[in-house]
Amino acid sequence: MNSHLENNIKPVIYVENLTKIFGKFTAVNSISFEVNKGEIFGFLGANGAGKTTAMKMLCGLLKPTSGRGFVAGFDISKEPERVKASIGYMSQRFSLYDDLRVWENFRLFGGIYGLKEREISETTERMLHELGFTQERNTMVKSLPAGWKQKLAFSVAIIHNPGIVFLDEPTGGVDPKARRQFWELIYGAAERGITIFVTTHYMDEAEYCSRISIMKDGTIDALDTPANLKLKYGVKSMDEVFYQLASSKG
Amino acid sequence: MFRFLLEKEFKQIVRNRFLPKLILVYPVVMMVLMPWAANLDVKDIRLCVVDNDNSSYSRALTQKASGSEYFSEAIYKESFSEAISTIERGESDIILEIPLDFEKDLVNGVNRELSISSNAVDGMRGSIAASYLASVVNEFSAELMESKIVNRGSSSVVSSAMPASSAMPSSIEIVSLSKFNPSMDYKLFMVPGLIVIIITIIGGFLPALNIVSEKEAGTIEQINVTPVRKITFIFSKLIPYWVIGFIILTNTLILAKVLYGIVPVGSIFEFYILSFLFLIVVSGLGLVISNNSRTMQQAMFVMFFFMLVMILMSGLFTPVSSMPVWAQVINSINPMKYFTEIMRMVFLKGSGLADLYKHIFIMFGFAGAFSLWAVLSYRKNS
Amino acid sequence: MRQFYIFVRKEFLHIFRDGRSILILLLMPVVQIILFGFALTNEVKNVKVAIMDPSRDAATTMITERLTAGEYFSPYMMVSTEKDSDALLKRGEVSLILSYSERFRERLMHTGSARLGLTADGTDPNMASSIILYASSIIRSAELEISGKIFNSGGVAIPNVRLLYNPQMKSSYNFVPGVMGLILMLICAMMTSISIVREKETGTMEVLLVSPVRPIFLILSKAVPYFVLSMVNLTTILFLSVFLLGVPVTGSLFWLVIVSLVFIFVSLSMGLLISSIASTQVAAMLISGLVLMMPVMLLSGMIYPISNMPDILQVIAQFIPAKWYIEAVRKLMIQGLPLNSVLTELSVLLVMAAIYLTASLRSFKDRLQ
Repeated sequence: MNSHLENNIKPVIYVENLTKIFGKFTAVNSISFEVNKGEIFGFLGANGAGKTTAMKMLCGLLKPTSGRGFVAGFDISKEPERVKASIGYMSQRFSLYDDLRVWENFRLFGGIYGLKEREISETTERMLHELGFTQERNTMVKSLPAGWKQKLAFSVAIIHNPGIVFLDEPTGGVDPKARRQFWELIYGAAERGITIFVTTHYMDEAEYCSRISIMKDGTIDALDTPANLKLKYGVKSMDEVFYQLASSKG
Repeated sequence: MFRFLLEKEFKQIVRNRFLPKLILVYPVVMMVLMPWAANLDVKDIRLCVVDNDNSSYSRALTQKASGSEYFSEAIYKESFSEAISTIERGESDIILEIPLDFEKDLVNGVNRELSISSNAVDGMRGSIAASYLASVVNEFSAELMESKIVNRGSSSVVSSAMPASSAMPSSIEIVSLSKFNPSMDYKLFMVPGLIVIIITIIGGFLPALNIVSEKEAGTIEQINVTPVRKITFIFSKLIPYWVIGFIILTNTLILAKVLYGIVPVGSIFEFYILSFLFLIVVSGLGLVISNNSRTMQQAMFVMFFFMLVMILMSGLFTPVSSMPVWAQVINSINPMKYFTEIMRMVFLKGSGLADLYKHIFIMFGFAGAFSLWAVLSYRKNS
Repeated sequence: MRQFYIFVRKEFLHIFRDGRSILILLLMPVVQIILFGFALTNEVKNVKVAIMDPSRDAATTMITERLTAGEYFSPYMMVSTEKDSDALLKRGEVSLILSYSERFRERLMHTGSARLGLTADGTDPNMASSIILYASSIIRSAELEISGKIFNSGGVAIPNVRLLYNPQMKSSYNFVPGVMGLILMLICAMMTSISIVREKETGTMEVLLVSPVRPIFLILSKAVPYFVLSMVNLTTILFLSVFLLGVPVTGSLFWLVIVSLVFIFVSLSMGLLISSIASTQVAAMLISGLVLMMPVMLLSGMIYPISNMPDILQVIAQFIPAKWYIEAVRKLMIQGLPLNSVLTELSVLLVMAAIYLTASLRSFKDRLQ
């Protein structure tokens, strides 16, 4: 399957009035934004602000209640399976198969995305080498420490070289050193032209993004580069930006 | 991409700590234990005799009962109340009370009633035991009559060794015969049913726990975000259970032969083909339940519930024809009912495809319906 | 004590949040009672008969009529050749073939003897013998009318049969105690073990263990909701069996409840024991589902009489708590015997409760250290 369906003129993610309602609860309330190719787009917000719901809609896991969204040129409500073929996804639980070995996880997901046997083994070797995991290729995933699983999950998510990769709170539960290393991986992927869409609630990580949006109660309260946001709110760190937004209007 | 998914399922099953042991050991344990435990033979009925007459007639009658294949050596009690307490303590199953002056009255041509009291807490057992004892008494009377006719009133003791040819002196000769299981062996009845149970439990429970366990582990989300087709994913889940089913079928077939000398009278080919159809049905049902459950506990419970109802109504334990009409109507959508019939027909009656075409047709319908349902009930997005 | 109460409430919330499971837990005994009470029976009823009658005279017509008049047998088809009737039997469309000899009445009248064949489907040996016994006795009584030859010689023994405790031969009398044993075991042992192992698996157990609550209370708080649930089910079963099935509680209700309570304690402690052995939910399910339930169904005497089993299985059966419970319930409920007749069962259950409880508490402590 070819994964480079996005063209350079249109934004790779385009969202207009996207809304998701569960019963009486509006999780995402008419959000609109665009993400351009090669960007690292930070999606911030407190727990329960609607980040994960919005991201799941973009990945084709949830159907929007109303509004439109295009990812890699495909309509997320009408062609969710084509969206899925063009993206990578990594959940906050680093959902690899615990009872499979490292190389077997690569092989499985490579196979699912339609890679050839040779492509899979070549990509696996290259990625293991880049991660410095060549020793661990035969280790069961369940016996790896969390920081390693996280890097592995990221590599597995981009094994098919997708145009966009969605990362749902990818750095939860790992130590600061591992978080730093993980962001190096993200930068590496972005340099190769992969668009990164990442949710987080670590404000220091927000500084690493090209642009960020801050969600609160299902709506986007702010959207700009980190530098512009700090300027706008007259503060020195993203922490303070976030705090100001959180304490403004109820 | 199918190959990769299939590979993954097999690896996961083989690496599990319990499943391979369960798949190999469980059928063996069931096949070794169950036919011995699941025995509804009414044999070795424990007879308690209250002999108020203590005459040669009464002794001959008791001896005749004790000597028959259905009853074990009788125990004797002085009074009926003592005899009842042996039943209450679970020491005997049936009481034969012979009245005073039994022999005297019979010799004088007076009919006498004998009381037979059977423990009928288990109704069927109780009544079969009672009718066995009643038929012993009838035979005794018949022999007595014949000897009277022969000896013209002489009071010679009826020999218990006398051949029990015709029951009463009658002119219709009833020739009774049980086909397909002439030795009336309960194991022959139970073993095919047992294979049905084993296939249902392994082939149904394991898939029921499968997808829901991926939900609990979170890995299903990672699959749902890939472009994998629903049908591909579901069949990669189903096929390993079909393979496991085949291994179990073969094991049970060998065990039936080795342990009990039971082999299908019908063809082995039919056995496999029809069992395969049934495997598709139960594994499909398992996945449907798994797809619709949030936790393993829930899946387990729903499966347990369906399985219990299906097994109980399948005719494995009690005949379907004895059920009331409403139950038979419900039963027409119970795949296990058909499969139980099929297995008994193939194993005991040697029914061929010509006899089974209706069943085959129905099983194909079920297999198609459940596979389709399994695919449709899997949701990649909500 | 207040903490204990809070924990118990938490467990109840867990159970009630999963509506489907609770529904099944409450529905299971009802469905079982209905099935066992109304659908599952070994009675000879609606047995389909193929009739091969080459003579078609007054005698055969009358015998056929008599045979199929009641609810036991229903005529399915008249056949003319043995091949046809055998095919019907083989396909399972009929369970009995009734075949008369040729010139049946003529032979009966003149030679004084005529042949009649009863061929039953022996797949189920018990059904087959019941069918033949029933059919023979109907034919015998028809015969007396035909020949008008009633015993006038006298001097025969006439059996007078009484079926004790269950004169109408209801299968529910036998099954109700079994259903009680099965359901109580299922809820107490299976549910308790799964719910504890679940907390182990998700890691919340550690959180609870560092709380100031004593571990023993923690475990007890897990058991309380299932205890309550079992009491609800016990009540349902007794209520349904008395009012729906008409199975009376002939003995003392008080002692029936006491014995049930003891059995519930045994089951709960078995559940605790399983939860300390198993580390995953699947393992807990498999242990309680297959290792526990199968023996209960098979070796407890619930369906299959223990006296029929080989010695080794009879010995194993003695170690199954449900065996003692079901026996005690049969005596107390169906046979209406006084307490002193179940003293053995009661004391065995008490000893088992003590052993399992000690074992599970000890293994729980070991795990903590």
